[in-house]
Amino acid sequence: MPLYLDDDQIIMRDSARSFMADQASVAHLRSLRDAADPTGFSTDLWKRFVEMGFSGILIPEADGGMGLGHVEAGIVLEEIGRNLTPSPFLSTGVGVVTALGSATPMLRERWYPAILTGRAIGTLAIDEGTKHHPERIALKAERSGKGFRLSGEKRFVQHGHVADVVIVSARTGGDVDERSGVTLFAVDGNAAGLTATPQRLLDASLASRLTLEGVEVEADAVIGEVDGGWDTLSGILDACRAAAAAELVGVADAAMAITLAYIRERRQFGVPVGSFQALQHRAAHLYSEIEVARAAVLKAQQRLDAKAPGAGRDVLVAKAMAGLAASLAAREGVQMHGGVGMTDDYDIGLYMKRGRVLEELFGDTNRLADRLAQLNGY
Amino acid sequence: MDLEKFRTETRAWLQANCPAEMREPVRSDADYCWGGRRAVFSSPAQQQWLQRMAERGWTVPDWPTAYGGGGLSAAETKVLREEIAALGARQPLKSFGISMLGPALLKYGTEAQKREHLPRIARGEIRWCQGYSEPGAGSDLAALSTRAEDRGDHFLVNGQKVWTSYADKADWIFCLVRTDPKEKHKGISFLLFDMESNGISTRPIQLISGQSPFCETFFDDVKVPKENLVGELNRGWEVAKYLLGHEREMISGFGLGDGQSSIGKAARQAAETAPDERLDDPLLRAQMAVFDVRAAAFRAMTERFIDELKAGRAHPAQPSMMKYYGTELNKIRHTLLMSAGGSDALEWDSTRSGGGAAARAWLRSKANSIEGGTSEIQLNIIAKHILGLPTA
Ligand SMILES: Cc1cc2nc3c(=O)[nH]c(=O)nc-3n(C[C@H](O)[C@H](O)[C@H](O)COP(=O)(O)OP(=O)(O)OC[C@H]3O[C@@H](n4cnc5c(N)ncnc54)[C@H](O)[C@@H]3O)c2cc1C
Repeated sequence: MPLYLDDDQIIMRDSARSFMADQASVAHLRSLRDAADPTGFSTDLWKRFVEMGFSGILIPEADGGMGLGHVEAGIVLEEIGRNLTPSPFLSTGVGVVTALGSATPMLRERWYPAILTGRAIGTLAIDEGTKHHPERIALKAERSGKGFRLSGEKRFVQHGHVADVVIVSARTGGDVDERSGVTLFAVDGNAAGLTATPQRLLDASLASRLTLEGVEVEADAVIGEVDGGWDTLSGILDACRAAAAAELVGVADAAMAITLAYIRERRQFGVPVGSFQALQHRAAHLYSEIEVARAAVLKAQQRLDAKAPGAGRDVLVAKAMAGLAASLAAREGVQMHGGVGMTDDYDIGLYMKRGRVLEELFGDTNRLADRLAQLNGY
Repeated sequence: MDLEKFRTETRAWLQANCPAEMREPVRSDADYCWGGRRAVFSSPAQQQWLQRMAERGWTVPDWPTAYGGGGLSAAETKVLREEIAALGARQPLKSFGISMLGPALLKYGTEAQKREHLPRIARGEIRWCQGYSEPGAGSDLAALSTRAEDRGDHFLVNGQKVWTSYADKADWIFCLVRTDPKEKHKGISFLLFDMESNGISTRPIQLISGQSPFCETFFDDVKVPKENLVGELNRGWEVAKYLLGHEREMISGFGLGDGQSSIGKAARQAAETAPDERLDDPLLRAQMAVFDVRAAAFRAMTERFIDELKAGRAHPAQPSMMKYYGTELNKIRHTLLMSAGGSDALEWDSTRSGGGAAARAWLRSKANSIEGGTSEIQLNIIAKHILGLPTA
C-alpha cells in the first residue's frame, strides 16, 4: 500500500477541510472560550459533524457506520487540529468506538446508534496520576451480585462531565502496576456514585476528575475479558494515540502556516523578516520535522488498519514524533512572531496551548519513547 | 574595610533585619515589590524590608551614597549579594529604575537629573517604564518614529509605543523619540517624563498567559521640559544601547531561576501528586539532570560576568551572550517543569494548580527570548561584535 492518501481519502480530506474551516475555525474556539462555555464544545457543531457521518468513521458498516479506518479518522482529526476545534470526536468516535469493538452485542447496540445519531458522546477514564501510566490502576472493581462495584478516582478525563458513557479501566486483581488483573467497564455517565468535576485547562478545554464511589455495573458492562483487559486497553490506546498524533500534525501544520504568513508580511530593517536566513533555515527545518512526523503518523494509521502485528510500535513513534513536531512548531511560531506572538490577539499562542494538552494526552514524547526503548530491548 | 569583617557584619544585619516572610521563596508576581507612587505592598513585612534596605542604600548597594546608594565597592557588593542569597532573602525592590535607567543616568545624566531621580529610584518612590518599542520598530529599534519637536522651552511629543511593560502602573517613562527625521540612529533622543503629563494614554494588551502586564502607550501633544533630555540631542541612541546592555544583564538573571539549586526540587513541588511519580520517567530525569549541569555552569558564568563587568573587563557585547543563554535556559526550565507537572500542570484556574501557576509561568517564559531584544538579535550581535564574523 503506498504511503500517501488514495483518491477517496483525498476527497474525504477536502470535504473535512472545507467543513472544519467553514464551521469550526479558530474564531469558533475563541467564542466558546470567551463565553466560558460549560459544555466544552458546541453541540450544534457536533450535530452537523455527525450529519457528515464523521462520528461513525470507525463504526463497522454492519453496525450502521462508515466502516472506515484510522487513516480516515486521522484525516478528520488533522483538520480538527488545524482549526483548534473543540470536539468530542477523539474521545467518542475513536476512543469509545474502538472500545465498543470488544464489547458485547448488547453494549454495542446500545451505544453505536446513539453515537451515530449524535445522541451520545463518550470518553475514556484511564489516568489516575498526573502522568500517563495506563498500568498504574488502583481503581477497584469488586464482584457484587451479578455485576461489579467500582470505587476509585480518575483524572484528565476529556469531556468527562458531559459524557454519556465512560470507559473505565479498573483493577479486578493483581497489584497497582501489573498488567494482569485489569478489566474495562462501560459506565453510564449518570450512574449513581459517579461524580465528574470539570477543570478548565490552558487550551480552554474541560477535563474532569472522576470519583467513583461504589458505582454498580452489570456483568455485561465488561469490555473484553475480566482480568484480561490489558490487551483491549492497549488496542484502545493505540487508536487514541494515533488519533492524537493526527491532531498534533494538524496543530503543527497550521502553526507553521500562520508563522510563514506572518514572517512574509512583517518588515524590519526595510525587508520582510522572513528574508533573514536565520529564520529561513529554522522554518525549513520545521517543515522537515513536520513532514517526517506526518509520514510516521500515516504509517501507524495504515498499520493499525491492516491489523499488522507490532503496529503499537509504529503508534508510539507516531505520537512521540508528532509531539516533537508540534511543540517545535509552536515554539518557533511564537518566537518568529516576536512580541505579537505573546499576545492573546494572535492565534499562534492558542496552538501552543492545544499542542501542550495533546502532548500530555495518552503519554508524552518521553513516556512513549521510553516505552519504545523497552520494546526495542533496552 | 576588611572584607571578612564586612561579611560578618552584613550577615548579622540581614539576620536581624530581614523579616522571616521575606525569606520565603517568591511564588508569584505579587511577592515582588515594585514601589512607585501607587505602591502596593503584599504585606507589612514587604514594606518594612524595603524601608530597611533603602535606609542603608542597599536597594542599590554600589550606587554612590549621594544618590541614595550604599556606596559599596564591587567586592562588598558581591559579598552582600552572596549573603542575601545564603539567607534566601527576597529582592527588596524590583524596578526598571534600578536595573535599567539608573545605570544610564549615572553615566549620561546631568548632576541635577541624578539628584532628582536616583534617590527616588533607590527608595522605590517612583516606578519607571520603558518606552522603546513601537509597532514599526521592534528588532529594528532605531526605525522608531515617535516625534519630539523642539518648541523652545519644551519638546512636543506625538506618537505611539507598544509592549510598554507596566505602563499603566508606572509613574515616569524613559522614552526614545525622534528629533531628526532625516537621520536614523543619529536622529534619536532620550527623554524622561511623568506619565501623569497631559496627552498620555495607555491600553493594556492581554498576553497568552492571561495577564496584561504591558500596554500600548499613546502620546498626543505631550509637553516635556527641555531639562528632561538625557545626553545630547540626537545622541540618544548611545544612551539607549548602554541601557539595553543593563536590561539584558537583568533579563539574563532569569536563567538563574528561583534560586533553587536543583530543578528536581522545583519539579517535586510542581503539582500535588506523589512526588516520586513525576521523576520516575527516565527520559525526563535525564533531561533535568542535563539542565542542572547547564544551570550550575550558568550560575558560575553569571558570577564571572558580573565580576568582569564591574572590573571593566567584560566585552561590551557580553550582555547579549548572557541574555541569550539565560533566557533560553529559563524557557527549558519551564518546559521541564510543565513535563514534571503532567496533566495537573495543564489546569488553568483551579486552586490546586495555584490558578494555573505552572502553565502561566511556562507561557510567560516564552517572552524571555523576545523582550529586551530577541535571541536572533543577540546572536547577530555576538556573531558580529564578539566573533567578528564578516557581514554579507
Ligand atoms: C513580555 C514583553 C515585554 C516587553 N516589554 C517592553 C517594554 O517594557 N518596553 C519596550 O520598549 N519594549 C518591550 N518589549 C518589546 C520587545 O523589545 C520587542 O518585542 C522585541 O524587541 C522584538 O520586536 P518585535 O516584537 O517587533 O519583533 P520583530 O522585530 O518583528 O521580530 C519578528 C521576528 O523576526 C526576527 N528578526 C527580526 N530581525 C531579525 C534579524 N535581523 N535577523 C534575524 N531575525 C530577525 C525576530 O528575532 C523575531 O523572531 C516587550 C516584549 C515582550 C514580549
